[in-house]
Amino acid sequence: MKLKSFPKGGIHPPHRKNRVYSSDDLNASLPKIAVIPLSQHIGAPAKCVVNVGDIVKEDDLLGEATGFVSSNIHASVPGEVIEIKDQFLPSGRVSKAVVIETKGEFSRLGKDLDKYTWEDLSNAELIQIVKDAGIVGMGGATFPTHVKLTLPDNVKLKHLIINAAECEPYLTSDHVLMLECSNEITEGLKILKKILDPEYIQVGMEINKEDAGDKLTESFKLANLDASVVFLKNKYPQGAEKNLVRAIIGKEIPSGKLPISVGVINLNISTVYAIYEAVVLHRPLVERFITIGGGAVKNPGVYRVRIGTSARALIEECGGFNEEPVKVIFGGPMMGFTVFDLDVPVTKGTSGIIALTAKEVKSANTTNCLKCGRCIDGCPMGLVPSRLYKLIDHHQLDEAIKSGLNDCVECGSCAYNCPAHLFLVQKFRAGKSIERRSKGAK
Amino acid sequence: MNIVLGILFAIISIGILGALLGALLSFASEKLKVEEDERVKNLEAILPQYNCGACGYSGCSGYADAVINGGEEINKCTPGGESLLVSISALLGVEATNKERMVAQVHCRGGQETSKDQYNYDGIKDCNAKYQLYSGDKLCKFGCLGDGSCINVCPVNAISYDEDNLVWVDKDKCVGCEKCVDICPTNVMKMIPYTADYIVACSSQEKGKDVKNKCSVGCIACSICVRKFPEAGFVVDKNLSSVDYTIKSDRTAVSEACPVKCIIHPYKEK
Repeated sequence: MKLKSFPKGGIHPPHRKNRVYSSDDLNASLPKIAVIPLSQHIGAPAKCVVNVGDIVKEDDLLGEATGFVSSNIHASVPGEVIEIKDQFLPSGRVSKAVVIETKGEFSRLGKDLDKYTWEDLSNAELIQIVKDAGIVGMGGATFPTHVKLTLPDNVKLKHLIINAAECEPYLTSDHVLMLECSNEITEGLKILKKILDPEYIQVGMEINKEDAGDKLTESFKLANLDASVVFLKNKYPQGAEKNLVRAIIGKEIPSGKLPISVGVINLNISTVYAIYEAVVLHRPLVERFITIGGGAVKNPGVYRVRIGTSARALIEECGGFNEEPVKVIFGGPMMGFTVFDLDVPVTKGTSGIIALTAKEVKSANTTNCLKCGRCIDGCPMGLVPSRLYKLIDHHQLDEAIKSGLNDCVECGSCAYNCPAHLFLVQKFRAGKSIERRSKGAK
Repeated sequence: MNIVLGILFAIISIGILGALLGALLSFASEKLKVEEDERVKNLEAILPQYNCGACGYSGCSGYADAVINGGEEINKCTPGGESLLVSISALLGVEATNKERMVAQVHCRGGQETSKDQYNYDGIKDCNAKYQLYSGDKLCKFGCLGDGSCINVCPVNAISYDEDNLVWVDKDKCVGCEKCVDICPTNVMKMIPYTADYIVACSSQEKGKDVKNKCSVGCIACSICVRKFPEAGFVVDKNLSSVDYTIKSDRTAVSEACPVKCIIHPYKEK
């Protein structure tokens, strides 16, 4: 079988996907104190609708979406609101956060939830359910899903592509999700099929998840759903939106355009599961699958974690640290964010918490650019990272934009390849931030 | 014999060709001459040639062209200052009102000893890159990040680290192009009049108590400068004191009265 892949660039970092989980004991312990940020998505932060001292129930609304590109925030645990404070997010931003001390009764935990029928609902009603449940893209970009599902008028969707590539090293949570919940995902895809009416539904995943792919295929057959699993080469960054679309349908999304311009909508597999929970179980997005891994964690594993649980609690649950970690990363090691404080909570976009040892980090001193061109070999977007770096360094931002700075997806392939250990991605992010600011000033 | 003839022929033929082409060129230079505006050339010659872009045009020649042909005002060149304005007025015979000379200065004195760190930063030496990570490594999110992006961007090398290892602008070298103001992610670089005698060297808009926890030289908005010295022109807004430079007054006493000593000269005393 010839595997599909994106045509240029890409790297092969060591997988280190050590998939450990137990299907009976997937749920992580509930947090004693949940810190739930009001801005866990791209777009306007949610408006807080609770006050200090309020008693909230599980799944109660904490923050209301302010505008179309925004998202609701719900309580992941029942209890008392003890504080509303500023909290650093894993993404480096600061947001207001509602702090809930867990107490009282769980209305839904451990109980078999009623299943609601959705076949009779209209598309607008289904999208409204997705919106009310606060569902955002759970691959990490956290773009509100209801915005994606609202197609522009007279646009016919050709492909619905589900991203299950999980190309980052260490992460296995999507894999576990597919193994454990293949029937639920199939149901979620049926819902999406009704809303979007695509010609094809394709689930793209790297070949290292063959067992999960087979399970999904089987489940599609049982449910009589016309969908297929596309296996892709093990290559990073297979899961970047533009690369995945290029690999599966063979068409390139033009620079600066959205996937819908080539008739594609791209959703993460966890998002599909969240849509199932919202529509069938009437359950908002309050928990997600997370990989806790890295050499510094004693017992790595995959857990279903409530939003707002701190990294500290999760790592303690995994037996604590073997040795002092050099870096603790939210997300995957390639594109994730290093945090300095273990009290940072899990948000809707957190796919993993990775604690790395000094041996795994392999930090080295930066030297000058050798002009070897390995960054160019690595770049999946066909850019020239070394030139972009130089242009930003010399304050020639206009030229850098012309050379495609905004096409950079910050996947880190260039920096991974760089023998001079230049901080390429960091430089690009700095350049983009200056550009955004100067645009805002104008 | 043949060789001599050959050489002779080459010399003559190339000579004739050269003369013809030369005649053609001299004819073309007369016929196709582009009238260059003498005034633009003269004006460009007296501009400072920093090509800093402070006027809003792409370099000095762009500005010169805009003044002559576009009717642009002649006081847009900040680096040139008053002396340039006089010479442009003389050259063009236009009256112009002088703008006050403005210079940049860092409104933060929080360094290693005075301002606490939040985490260990281990990345490139670039303020904007650092700012992407939790708005910088300092506990105070309003302060100077100290990685010197402004030092790199300054066209006249007016910015450097001073003896306390803090970023500082030499106001005599500063030409007022505002490039450092644009690049600074925390906006601690602000423009002040050249003649300013004191600045409030802090940009934190947090409450006094929070500032005190994070930095020993931050403005705590105690308002002593406003209440005790109503004539000195201090204003406290958003938990931060600032100076109204339109009010001329002696502010030495205020500087001494400031409990955190963040009212300082925007220049180094010799």
